[in-house]
Order: sequence, then C-alpha cells, then structure tokens
Amino acid sequence: MAKRALHAQSGFPIDKGTGDSVMKELPGEILRDLYRAVFRIRRTEETLASLYPEQEMRTPTHFGIGQEAVAAGVCGALGDDDVVYSHHRCHNHYLARGGSLLGLVAELYGRIDGCANGRGGSVHLTSRETGFVVSSAILGQTIAAATGSALAFQLDKTPRVAVTFFGEATCEEGVFYESLNFAAVRRLPVLLVCENNLYSTESPLSVRQPAGTDLCERVRAFKVTAERVDGNDVVAVYGRTLAALDQLRAGEGPVFLECMTYRWREHVGPNFDHEAGRSYRDKAELDRWMDRCPVKRARALIVASGTGESEVLSWESAIEDEIQTAVAAAKGSPWPETRTLFDNIY
Amino acid sequence: MRELTYVDALSEGLVQAMEADDGIFVTGIAVDYPSGIFGSTVEAARRFGPSRVFDAPAMENALTGIAIGAAAMGKRPVVVHPRNDFMFLAFDQMINLAAKWKYMYGSHAGSVPIVVRGVIGRGWGQGATHSQSLQSVLAHFPGLQVVMPALPQDAKGLTIAALTGDAPTVILEHRSLYPIAGPVDQAFAPTPIGKAAVVRDGTDVSVVASSYMVVEAMRAAESLEQDGVSVEVVDLRSIRPLDEETILASVRKTGCLIVADTSWVLYGVASEVAALVAEKAFHSLKAPVYRIGLADSPAPVSQPLEDAFYPKASTIAKAALTLLGRTHSHLGDIDLADEFKGPY
Repeated sequence: MAKRALHAQSGFPIDKGTGDSVMKELPGEILRDLYRAVFRIRRTEETLASLYPEQEMRTPTHFGIGQEAVAAGVCGALGDDDVVYSHHRCHNHYLARGGSLLGLVAELYGRIDGCANGRGGSVHLTSRETGFVVSSAILGQTIAAATGSALAFQLDKTPRVAVTFFGEATCEEGVFYESLNFAAVRRLPVLLVCENNLYSTESPLSVRQPAGTDLCERVRAFKVTAERVDGNDVVAVYGRTLAALDQLRAGEGPVFLECMTYRWREHVGPNFDHEAGRSYRDKAELDRWMDRCPVKRARALIVASGTGESEVLSWESAIEDEIQTAVAAAKGSPWPETRTLFDNIY
Repeated sequence: MRELTYVDALSEGLVQAMEADDGIFVTGIAVDYPSGIFGSTVEAARRFGPSRVFDAPAMENALTGIAIGAAAMGKRPVVVHPRNDFMFLAFDQMINLAAKWKYMYGSHAGSVPIVVRGVIGRGWGQGATHSQSLQSVLAHFPGLQVVMPALPQDAKGLTIAALTGDAPTVILEHRSLYPIAGPVDQAFAPTPIGKAAVVRDGTDVSVVASSYMVVEAMRAAESLEQDGVSVEVVDLRSIRPLDEETILASVRKTGCLIVADTSWVLYGVASEVAALVAEKAFHSLKAPVYRIGLADSPAPVSQPLEDAFYPKASTIAKAALTLLGRTHSHLGDIDLADEFKGPY
C-alpha cells in the first residue's frame, strides 16, 4: 500500500510524530535555529522569485520553495568540519550551510560580489569558508565528488563527513550507483540525501521508475543504510541526520536518506505551474502539499514550545531586513570587468 | 646520463612525486596488480602500499568525480586508464566539472589538481575502441591541460609537472613508447607544461609531431639526412597549452611544415597546428602545409588493413620530399618491421 501511495504521487508513508517525538528532547535554541533557517530560506527564495520577472537575474533559476526543511534539517545537524555538495536546486543548501546571502543574490545578478564572482550563476554556487564546497547543474556529478571528499577524510583518518544533496531523478543516473557501490565497498563517511519531490522537470515518477519502486530498498541492496524521512518536517530530518552522523563518524559506512518533499514552483523559473498553464500536475496536488508547508509546521512547533509570538515576529522581521539589504547590495554591486574574462581558467 | 625505458621513467616520476607529497594516491582498474598498468605503477604499489595505490571498481565517471572531490579536500589523485578510450565514460566529470572548477566558482572553490593517465593503444589488432588518441577532444575545452610525452625524460618530467601543478591534467601515454629507452635525469625535475621541444635541428622542413609520431619523425629525419634533406623535428609534448612560439619559430626557419599526430587529421591537433601557422606565419611558408594522421576510418583489426591505417616514418619522409619537390627513390626500407609479439 505504501508503494502504491508513492506512485499515486499524492502522498507517501509518513512517520507522523517523528518531529514531535524528537522535539520533546530538543533544546529550544536548536529548534529556534531550525525555524529561523527554514524561514530565512523561504523568504529569500520568495523574494528572489518575486524579483525574477524584472529580467535582471539572467540565470536559469531553480527555486527550492517547499523543500526548505531538508536543507535546514540536515545542515543544522552537521559539524563545522563537514562538507556539503549540492545540485541545480541549490540555494536552500547553500543558505542552510551558512553561505552568504549577498553572495547568493549577487551571483544571481551576475555581479562581482556573487559567491562565484558572477561566473557560476544560480546553479554553480560555492562557499568553501562555510563548508559548502560546490553545487553543479549536472545530475549526479556531486554525488561522486562528495564520495571523493569522504574518501579523503577516510584516508586522513578524520571523523569528517561529506554530504551530497540530490533529487530522486539522480537515482536514474549511473554515477549514483557507481558512487554508492564504491562508498559501500570502502565504508566511506558520505551522507546521501535524496530530496524526493516526485518530479524530474515535468516527468512524474510513474514514467521514470517501475511501479512499486522503493528507492531505499534499492539502496539497501548495496548494503547501505537507507531510510525514508518526512522531508517537510525539519525536526524529523534533523533528528535522523544526527543519528546518521553517529554511524558515519563511527566508520560504519554511508547512509542514504530519502526525504519526501515537494517543489511548489515550476522546475526552472519563479512561476507556479498552474499559472503557466502546465498540466503535468494539478493545483489540488500542490494545495495538499502546501498544507504540509515545512515553514508553517516548524513555526507551529516553536510556538507550541512556548516561544512568544512577538519574539518569533521579531526574528522574522530581522530576516526580512537582512534579505532586503542583500538585494539592495547585490543590485548595487559592480559588474565583473570584461578584462577578467580569462582569469582563473588554469 | 643513464638510460631508462619510458615505462621506468613514468614509474620513477610517479614514485619521486609520491615521496615528495603524501597526498598523492593512485587508483584505477588493476593499478595495484603485479602487472600494474604495463609495469608503470608496480614500484609505487610496492613502495607505498594499498593506502596509496589501490584498485577501483569499473566506474570511470564516478571515479573521476571521486578524484575531484578528494582533490577538493587537498589530495592529489592519479586516475589511470589502461586504455584512454575508457576515459570517454568519464568525460562528464572531466569536462563538465574538473575543467570548469576553478573558473566556474570564481576561483573561490580552489582548484582540483587531478591527474588522469590514459594509455593509447596501437597495432596488434587493438581495434576501434582500444587505439584512439583523445588529445584533440580533451584539449578542446578550456581548463584541462593535456600532455603527451614522447621521450622517457618527458614521461618522467611531465608526470612530475602534472603532480606538482594546480590544473587538472591528462597525460596520454602511447603504449608503443613504453619499451623505448632514452636518457633520463635522476633528479626530481619537471618538464614544463606548455613548452614544445626541438628534438632535432634542421633547415629544410619542420615536422611538428606528437607522442609516438615523434619517434617516426626522427626515423624519417635520419633517412632524409642521407638524401641531403635537413629535417627539424618539434616534439609538441603539450597539446594544451600549445607552445605557439616554438612551432612558429621552426616554420619561419624552414618554410615547410608537416604535422604528424597520433590521431585523425580532421578537427585534430594537426589541423590546429596548420591553422596556427596559416594565421601567424603564412608568409614564411614556401609550400602548403601537410597533415599526417590516421587514415580517416575507425581502426581496423585485420593486419593488412591495420598496416594501411597507421602512418609511418616513410609516410613522413615521402611528404617531406614531396613538399620540397624532390622524388623519392629508396624509402621503402625505413619503416620498422613489426616484431611485436602479443598480448599487447
């Protein structure tokens, strides 16, 4: 039944209460950080999406609105020395891992203050100083790269962990299985975080994977620990990641987390699919997922934990200010000089 | 100076580099076997053991990405392909990630100095998928360095340069060069990447050659000397960056250019060098440029077809005489008899 539900794309087995049960033992400070992280990502992305039609951000942009809890939950659990790799829908992970807001916004505007000085664009972000190594727009590339970083950590006998985020369509790429096999053979400390949002561009799972596919089951065939998590529950993701990190740091091999979540906007661009007249999924399905909004759920948890509404509002207001400041600074940032076109090729 | 074979020079360069840098590790299919990549990784495996020289599953693309991710953390991985053709499977990681890494992230993600070795096969029925030379396709993309040592000294020196430099570098090694001996420095010294070498001075015609074609060009030059023709041989050594100055200086001196590459002529290194000279030394040319490469077909296996497929010393010598307006009378015997006994 669980498998049927997955392929109906309207739902999937969710371990309801995971978040609540973790939350009971969660220090308020951590819950606050998790909430602030999901809110900050959401509002940054919504702000960028609202500015995108101005046609000043000349870079194909894959918004991660709706998927914030995966990035915030995983990155919230990591240590300072761990490293993160991401894919084309990477703003969430970059921000969750501490990448500079100005660096992101200015990169989308192609300015010199962009995290890649306007060389990379929306899909090629980096923030080495905060442990976000790189993102890449080619499916699966960074799964291998993260595996290689994990190999380096193992060779160096350090307890560092490499994390790679990717969408479920990447589980259709050969490089995923090559990397998974190698990580399993060598018991590498790599955390594979699959953001299963049910769609690859506009293709649903049903046309991409055989009916009844269970990715975790497939991964377990490689003798790798695999678990499905409610990807819209930041506390559940955080809690499961903490447990995974224990295993990874103990040298017990890679861990695969399949985080079930949903992308609210179109594959690339700021619009909603129903606004753009696309029929590959309907508004009713989107509405069901919007009811499970990771930001609202995290907010409800924090209020339930006893934090006053006014305090939450003051955090939110500070984050809004930070975003507006970053946008203004990005728009005011200089263009890269043409004479630098050939810099840093070698 | 002592003499070493090409394969021993490769091995010595690798071992010395590994002694100098703990971060170097070597991986790929069967690199730690007793036969280790035709002998070139055997000493490294013996000396540094399985933590630094280890086998890998057959996963060319992921392995390259793994090398990139390790390099990003400060390691210096060497990925070895017993045939460079297998590297096609790794082109995504090599071209879409390694080559772009430094540029695409505004240099803030650092560099990923991976070294990829690929062995070019030739003859003995290597066939269409085990004999190609990938230098042109690899060199097409800004961000990768591509080198092709022809002499043992450079097999060692370019290995050292690749393993001490910052750019992702592909070393293409021709299997037919492995048993050839030549003088090799004992010292741990790089051959500069991006510098061609004039390996024979001459005044009548320039032969700009890559990899094994340098050997054929030298053989042709010796023969032509008996006919009173003075051939200058330029060993490209580095395909990207390309040493334009050395090529142009030679052509300005001789006025005649033959380019001999181990791959096909169309869209290849020979075309690139010909275009360079046409653009920048056109008025020095006394005759049209002559390009020599593989016959324009996939590599056949059957021996007579294979013999016809590969250009030889005599091909170069005849081209030189043609360019100079000379007849060629007694060139039939300059090609080496194929005495190789398999397996390859």
